[in-house]
Amino acid sequence: MTDKSYGSKRLVVGAHYGLRDWLAQRVTAVLMALFTLALVAQLLFGAKLGYERWSAIFSTQWMKVLAFVTIMSLLYHVWIGMRDVWMDYVKPVGIKLVLQVFTLSWLVGCTGWTVQVLWRL
Amino acid sequence: MAETTQVQKRPVFRNIHITQIVGYRLPPAGIVSILHRVSGVLMFLLLPFVIWLLDVSLTSEISFERFTSTFVAGLGFLPGWFMKLVALALIWAFLHHFIAGVRHLWMDMTHSVSKQQGHLSAVITLAASVVLTLALAFKLFF
Repeated sequence: MTDKSYGSKRLVVGAHYGLRDWLAQRVTAVLMALFTLALVAQLLFGAKLGYERWSAIFSTQWMKVLAFVTIMSLLYHVWIGMRDVWMDYVKPVGIKLVLQVFTLSWLVGCTGWTVQVLWRL
Repeated sequence: MAETTQVQKRPVFRNIHITQIVGYRLPPAGIVSILHRVSGVLMFLLLPFVIWLLDVSLTSEISFERFTSTFVAGLGFLPGWFMKLVALALIWAFLHHFIAGVRHLWMDMTHSVSKQQGHLSAVITLAASVVLTLALAFKLFF
């Protein structure tokens, strides 16, 4: 950091959140992996798959909780990942800001929609 | 001293330009790494489509029909086989991202960061994701 890190000299690039985001991306990844394994296990063992069995899988309380944890993890995980991508490949600060705002809006919208789908069951 | 500094002239890449990408000879670990990004961005962009599929597959038996018909009759002006290809792209992206992620966790936990370990685990990652994708492609199309 320079001694003049404010105003037009303020550092506006880079993540500089260190260990926190690194750890968050891994913890959220493990949570999503658990959901995947739980879903695949239920899909592999059981009767022929149709609407009845498919919707029943998502209707149990523990699966609802796990699916909710997964979508919240997805929100954070993808935000860190996409921010890294914009940070690495897009240099102009203005375009980078627009892309980050788009990413956040996109992800928050998708999260809301998924919660709506899950909690309707 | 002058002779020793001019032993070999090797290409130096500092600021990578997109036109230079085709000239790169990436090691397997490098391929896994860039595909980790590509698969992540692909899934990010197709996220609304995945949620739409989840929505119609879960809402009712009638909407479930719409879910299954997406891959037979198609969606809008897009034919069914194309939707199957989109699904297959998502399947590959998920598998690659998943396996490459497990590779990362494994490397973090066991400190398996030697050149040989990195090479071997990268080859395994690429092979496993492609084989599983082909197996699911077979199930999807036949």
